[in-house]
Formats: sequence, structure tokens, C-alpha cells
Amino acid sequence: MEELVKEYLSKGKRIDGRSFKDYRPIEIKHSIISKAEGSAFVNLGGTKVIAGIKLDIGEPFPDTPNEGILIVNAEFTPLSSPEVEPGPPGEDAIELARIVDRVIRESQAIELEKLFIEEGKVWIVYVDLSILDMRGNLLDASTLAAVKALLSTQIPKYENGKIVRGEYISKLPVVYKPVSVTIGKYNGNLILDLSKEEEEVVDVKLAIGVRDDDKIVAMQKQGIGTLTFKDVENALDLAIEKSKELRRLL
Amino acid sequence: MKKANIELIVNGRRIDGRLPEETREIRMSIGEIENADGSARVSFGKTEAIVAVYGPRPLFPKFLQESNVGLVRVIYSMAPFSVDERKNPAPDRRSIEISKVTKEALSSAIFLEDFPKAVVDVYENIIQADGSTRVTAINAASLALASAGIPMKDLVAACSVGKVGNTLIIDLNGKEDNYSESDMAIAMMPSKGLITLLQMDGRLTKEEVLELLKKGEETCKKIYEIQKKTLLERFKAEKMEEE
Repeated sequence: MEELVKEYLSKGKRIDGRSFKDYRPIEIKHSIISKAEGSAFVNLGGTKVIAGIKLDIGEPFPDTPNEGILIVNAEFTPLSSPEVEPGPPGEDAIELARIVDRVIRESQAIELEKLFIEEGKVWIVYVDLSILDMRGNLLDASTLAAVKALLSTQIPKYENGKIVRGEYISKLPVVYKPVSVTIGKYNGNLILDLSKEEEEVVDVKLAIGVRDDDKIVAMQKQGIGTLTFKDVENALDLAIEKSKELRRLL
Repeated sequence: MKKANIELIVNGRRIDGRLPEETREIRMSIGEIENADGSARVSFGKTEAIVAVYGPRPLFPKFLQESNVGLVRVIYSMAPFSVDERKNPAPDRRSIEISKVTKEALSSAIFLEDFPKAVVDVYENIIQADGSTRVTAINAASLALASAGIPMKDLVAACSVGKVGNTLIIDLNGKEDNYSESDMAIAMMPSKGLITLLQMDGRLTKEEVLELLKKGEETCKKIYEIQKKTLLERFKAEKMEEE
């Protein structure tokens, strides 16, 4: 399989017939978990992710006393691949969660200052990503799921110091739709939306977070391998172009 | 992003008196950890890292071994006393992520096929933190690997760059790290022009990203010269001892 994937990529082709710039089909559903304050399901060419949002009340960080808190976590469930063992998140799951966190946080997509309740009390927005099936490009699927879930999130009623679950007062203030575009490099060529088989042969990946106004909000090189400065420039152009297409799905 | 309650640039000078494109004082030395196969200490101003390299050595348990390449493991950790509020020494999510991207940054520059089935362990200890700790540790790790005789394609030089207000700056200190509009960590093999680590967050236009990359490349090249000088002096000293 590995040799076949390499042979195709060397000829400028992919085994599933896509061009280097094509994403696989993307299916997005939202509000699929009624117990959660917000949720979404993404199927990106077989990679399946559920994002669930839970809201809770807690103490703000000392250096941002008037702002709500965002916490992103990712679990690679043992359902998702024969290589995943049950247990606490490994370095890949931690990296994934931290990149999704930065794409959302640095884009300032959530107006955290509107999540202030009273002195010493703010809303905590928990974004939990459950990876159900790993068929490549987990990051882009996870970012889509997280942002779609946030867009569907409602803030529960808060009365006499308690959250009234199931009753809502307003939507979560989300003002941008950031997306991530992960680009693989093979033999000097840049390739989008890598399948699992392609991820195993590419030299290196570069993940780029892009906001609605084309601002770059996060970048991360992933894997052993190198990038030239020209690679990064070309990847930025590709990411900005492709981000518009992905954002239309949200 | 936290909002700065302090001005990070006043009259063209940064809070520690530097110009936007000025690094802090850089110090490098090699060979402090006598037990290690290679070691180095690097500081950028108050940020200081000590790194030791052990290996190549046999990798156990055996199922971790790769038949045709060697493995590099990296542990980045901050000493409990390295920051204002004591840091719990257990690895946190940030340290785990930094260890991962550092492992990838260093592995990209090492001839892994030269030591199949074996492992090279890189232990990074931040003894004092004032911003740009991961890149300071990478500069030290690269020196430690070279002094341990690990076959490398080039040294890896690393630096941080960022944007405060409308000014692009290099070598961010702790406050700038916390309150900047944007910051980027870059590691590269300077003689080859190849990037081995790239992380960025904030809000930048594509043009600003490219400009920061250029400043990062220039800064890495300066750091590379200091690394080479440090290695050369070390080996001259060793040679004189032998004679």
C-alpha cells in the first residue's frame, strides 16, 4: 500500500482520484447531543469527530478577572483505530487539542469578556473532541467540529447561584469562524487533506489556522522533516484560498 | 490573549531597553554535565537552559526499536523554581507538546539511519524562564548533540520572533511572550535554509508572517555563528589538553 501511495503521489495523482488541492467529501451536522450546550459531528472523508460543548461556572484566571475561560481537550477513543490504546491522552492527542485551542483562542472567535457573570464568577467553555474514526487529517476535521459546535452553543439559565440545565438565555457570542488547513509535503509538492495512508508517507505537515479576514492565527509544523521558506509561503496562499471553501460549510 | 496593562514599546525601546531587532545577551558553553555523552548550557538574558544528551544507546523495550533508523526522545521540563509562582515539576500539557515538536525539530537534522535500533535521549532543563524557553533549549540541545558526536546534517539554530503593537521584534522576553499580538518560534538548519520547527499564534497578515520568517532566519543565522564558535573553542581546548 505504502509503495502504491508513493507511486501515485510521484506522478501527481492520488489513489482516490483527487487532485492535490481537493478535500474529501465533508459532512457536518450540529446539535446532535441534547445533553450538551452545543455539539457537532464531522465526517471528513471517513475521519469522524464529535465535538461537545459543556458550560460550567468557575473562577476566572487572576490575570483576566473579567473574562470567561476556554478549555479544549481531545480524546482518541480506542474505537478509532487499532493503534489507539485506552488511557490518558498521549502527545498526539495533546498536540491536537492545543492546536485547536490556539486556532479558536487566537482568532478571538469567542467574545470571552461577555462570559463574565459576577465578581469571581465566569462561564467556562469546555470543548471536548471525541475522535471516533481516524482516516487522516484529524486536525481539520476537529477544528470544523469544534467551531460548528461553538456556533450551536447556547448559554444556560443561571438562577440563585445554580445552572438550570436545559433552559437557555442566549447564544454563545461567537464572532468568527476560524478554520485550519493542514498541508502535507511530498517530494516538494504540497498536498491538502491527507488520507491516513498519505499521512504515513509524506515528509512533513504544516497546519495553518485562518480567520474570516484572512488573518493567520496559528501555524504548526508537524512531523520529522523540513520546510523551505518558499514552502511556507506557498502553503500560506493555499491555506487562505482553501479556508474560504471550508468556512462556507460552517 | 491577555491584554497588556503595560506599554511594551516606549520611544522605540522595549521594556528591557532593547531595540526591536536586538537579542538579549547570549551565552553558550559546552560540557558541564560530566556524566552525559554531550551537554550544553545556553542563556538568552534571564532565560537559561541546560541540556544533556545520552546515547546512542540500546532502546528497550525491544518492540520500540526501528530496524532501519534510530529514535530520538526529548523531554523538556521547567524547574519548579524557574518562574515566579512555583511550577509543579510533573509534565503538563504544554511541556508534552514542546517535547514533541522539539523531538521533531532535532530529529529532522540527525542522520537517524546511522544508529538503527538505538535511541538518543535529550533532556532539556529550563533552570530560569523569561520567555523563549523552547528555542533556547533547542539551541543548547543542538550543541549537546554535536558535542556527543551524534551525526548531524547541520546544527539547529532557533529563535523567537513576534509582534507587539505594530512593531515586529526578535527574541521575546517573558512579558513580551505573554502580552504580544503574536509570536512565532522557528528552528532551522541555517546552512541549508531548511526549517525544522515552526509554531505561531496570534493574528497576522500573510505579509507579516513572511516578514517575521525573514527576521527569524536572519536571527537564527547569527545564533548559528555563536554556536559554531562555541563548539570550535571547546574542541580547541580539548585538543590542547590532549597535547
